[in-house]
Amino acid sequence: MITRRALMTVATATPFFSFAGQGWADTPKDTVVVGKAIDDIISLDPAEAFEFSGGEVNGNCYERLVVPNPEKPSEIVGEIAQSWTVSPDGLVFTFTIKPGLKFASGAPVTAEDAAFSLQRTIKLNKSPAFIINQFGANKDNVEKMIVATGPNTLTFTIAEKVAPTFVLYCLSANCGSIVEKAVVMKNDVAGDLGNAWMKTNSAGSGPFSVRSWKASESVILDANPNSTIKAKPRRVFYKHIIDPSAQQLQLQQGDIDIARDLLPDQLKAAQANPAFALSSAPQSYIMYLCLNQNVPNLAKPQVRQAIKWAIDYDGIQQNIVPTTYDVQQSFVPKGMMGAISDRPFKKDIAKAKALMAEAGLANGFELVIDHYNGQPGGDIAQAIQANLGEIGIKVTLQAGEQRQVITRYRARTHQSAILSWGIDYFDPNTNAETFCVNVDNSDTARNKTLAWRNSWQDVDLSNRAIAAVKESDAKVREEMYASMQRDHHQRSPFALLLQATGWAVMRKNLKGFTLAPLGLRTTFDQVTKA
Amino acid sequence: MATSRLKALAATTASVPITLFGLVLVTFLIGRVMPIDPVLAIVGDRAPADVVAAARLELGLDRPLYVQFWIYLTKLAVGDLGRSVMTSHTVGEDIRRFFPATMELATVAIFLAAGIGIPLGVLAAVKQGTRIDHTIRVVCLAGHSLPIFVLSLLSLLVFYATLGWAPGPGRQNLMFDDMVPVVTNFLTVDALLAGEWEVFRDAVAHLLQPAGVLAYFAMAFIARMTRAFMLDALAGEYVITARAKGLSPMRVIWRHAFGNISVRLVTIIALTYAGLLEGAVVTETVFSWPGLGQYLTISLLNADMNAVLGATLVVGVTYLGFNLLADVLYRLLDPRVS
Repeated sequence: MITRRALMTVATATPFFSFAGQGWADTPKDTVVVGKAIDDIISLDPAEAFEFSGGEVNGNCYERLVVPNPEKPSEIVGEIAQSWTVSPDGLVFTFTIKPGLKFASGAPVTAEDAAFSLQRTIKLNKSPAFIINQFGANKDNVEKMIVATGPNTLTFTIAEKVAPTFVLYCLSANCGSIVEKAVVMKNDVAGDLGNAWMKTNSAGSGPFSVRSWKASESVILDANPNSTIKAKPRRVFYKHIIDPSAQQLQLQQGDIDIARDLLPDQLKAAQANPAFALSSAPQSYIMYLCLNQNVPNLAKPQVRQAIKWAIDYDGIQQNIVPTTYDVQQSFVPKGMMGAISDRPFKKDIAKAKALMAEAGLANGFELVIDHYNGQPGGDIAQAIQANLGEIGIKVTLQAGEQRQVITRYRARTHQSAILSWGIDYFDPNTNAETFCVNVDNSDTARNKTLAWRNSWQDVDLSNRAIAAVKESDAKVREEMYASMQRDHHQRSPFALLLQATGWAVMRKNLKGFTLAPLGLRTTFDQVTKA
Repeated sequence: MATSRLKALAATTASVPITLFGLVLVTFLIGRVMPIDPVLAIVGDRAPADVVAAARLELGLDRPLYVQFWIYLTKLAVGDLGRSVMTSHTVGEDIRRFFPATMELATVAIFLAAGIGIPLGVLAAVKQGTRIDHTIRVVCLAGHSLPIFVLSLLSLLVFYATLGWAPGPGRQNLMFDDMVPVVTNFLTVDALLAGEWEVFRDAVAHLLQPAGVLAYFAMAFIARMTRAFMLDALAGEYVITARAKGLSPMRVIWRHAFGNISVRLVTIIALTYAGLLEGAVVTETVFSWPGLGQYLTISLLNADMNAVLGATLVVGVTYLGFNLLADVLYRLLDPRVS
């Protein structure tokens, strides 16, 4: 017999369970859903965006004059530029714009748009502006240095002769994205060159345009029908998911198509699961241990060497980050022009102890190492603490939020720190400069390179890094970087440890997606879903 | 009597602006002495010195602290909370977007928590020492002692990944994104206003799981408190008298004992609700819920001080508001309190 109470229970429960069993729809066929932590975005304006996720969104919405060939990054190909020439004195770069390119609005891409875009980057002078203004342009002279000399020709005059590839690689950076002048200026507010509007919108000729960005929630890109690159998906939906476990569950359930931030264990499980495909690529992030030369013990060359010989590079890589990092002991990331595969250091405690004794510190000393409090930084810091303990260095670990550690680092109040560094543009100078150059070691220095942050001045390496950007012969230039790195191994206060590997896990029905190496463009225009 | 009650109420109300001022001052000072350079969030780690200096100037960080605070206060007085560097929106706009998401979650959670927790607490007290009481204690203990991220992930694993009863994390199915015009920022309300039943149904479905997890956590506390209050009440002489007079057990429990503890329960529920409105960071993170807790955490980690101050102020006002409400209700409902 059904009692009144039983009937009431069932009736009450029904609305809750009516959701059950209906199945939650897979993502639409024409939409690619990417699960990723996107809270690093602070702007989608290419003249300002300098964080990883913002750069990726820009890469899908804008084109640049030139880009590294995705198949062979050591080669530069035209994107908006059909061709280019360099004057005999090496100072004037003349670009011819491809005909037929269109912005999302349908307006043609002209040399005037290209000149405006580069001028705008200089005039706004946001974080990435130095990539272009290092060639001598500033807000006062930029209109003379970057000029549209005709509807399809643009000249870029630099102040001092440097390797042409260096200029071209810098123009291929995100801040070299070409924006539509008319649209941007229509949204100019109080002379901000449309910056406020461009933070959350787009005006490019890439395969997608920004539909919306909701901080800590989503970024939606819609296919740009006017682009010459015809996007296969109608929409790309970045869903902000911080928690890797939540990303994994949603990938399994088909609520997202690609998970971008899975942890090593989850990657291992995904590799064994036939329902998923994986894409991986070396990234430009290099993790390193730095030693502030303001600390007297660390300024001793033998101590720097001893620390480099005490670290168990392979043990750390194999046990802590087997899938997500590779051992890397040189400052140019592998995959980039000038990279070398040397591995001069491996754990050798006897040698390290001998070096400590030579430095008069056989009994060791106390050292504080700052590091990020997230993983894998914490585990790696502990491993290094144990390694250095074996040669008598008593390490105190000081964990902090990323920006907290960087604040101390920039103020040079650290003793030692474990940090990561990624390239700013696709040329070895980006890392050679930061790891070697320190021409002004005063507190008021304009350029606070990593060498400066560790109060390290090596005049020889500093000069060689500056000379290398001026070398026009690519082969000679490559050799210059190789020899600089070998000397850097021995003399620098940096123990370079690991290079990151990026992973994307996707559902098997998704085709045409690959993760780009070294911060090059990861794009969605060729992605299809079966 | 009535005058003294009014006076007490007036005194409590008058303390609100002073407390809020203290809150703003302390948060402001903590923000300025925090070991994170607020400029880093805007210009990043790579910017040359002149770009850093320009950003510092733009934020007004070059001025003395008391001037910065005065400027903030004068702007606050006209409702200008400043602009968040992380979202590029004004903090007011951000709060209008993030707070309703938290409020929606907290409101459903508190209804579920009180709706289940109170009867469970009463039952446990009435059946004190029996198997029912022990079972309820274990259920409540689990709710109170299991870390909320474990509960959240377990819930996702069971109801979403294994049984498929609930939708995944997020506030709505992405197919419904931007389908209803934003009026209140309460997705369920906006969907109803637009007459979009599918969107409403989807929003409710997305809401139930995170609200359920939060409710379980809050329910455990409410049930334990109800049980303790009820045990106290059931031992009262008026209950024995009521029983001796031959009143039905239900009437004794609900009318006499429960009636007497309801005032204290109001305080408990109001403060629990206020606690939920502060934003449950962990639950919001696991369920990708764009609420105030997540907003506050991200802002704090990036030293986005306008956002931190704005969100803290909202939390403070909410907490004080509910405290005041509980205070007022207590005074109004319980004639013994003057």
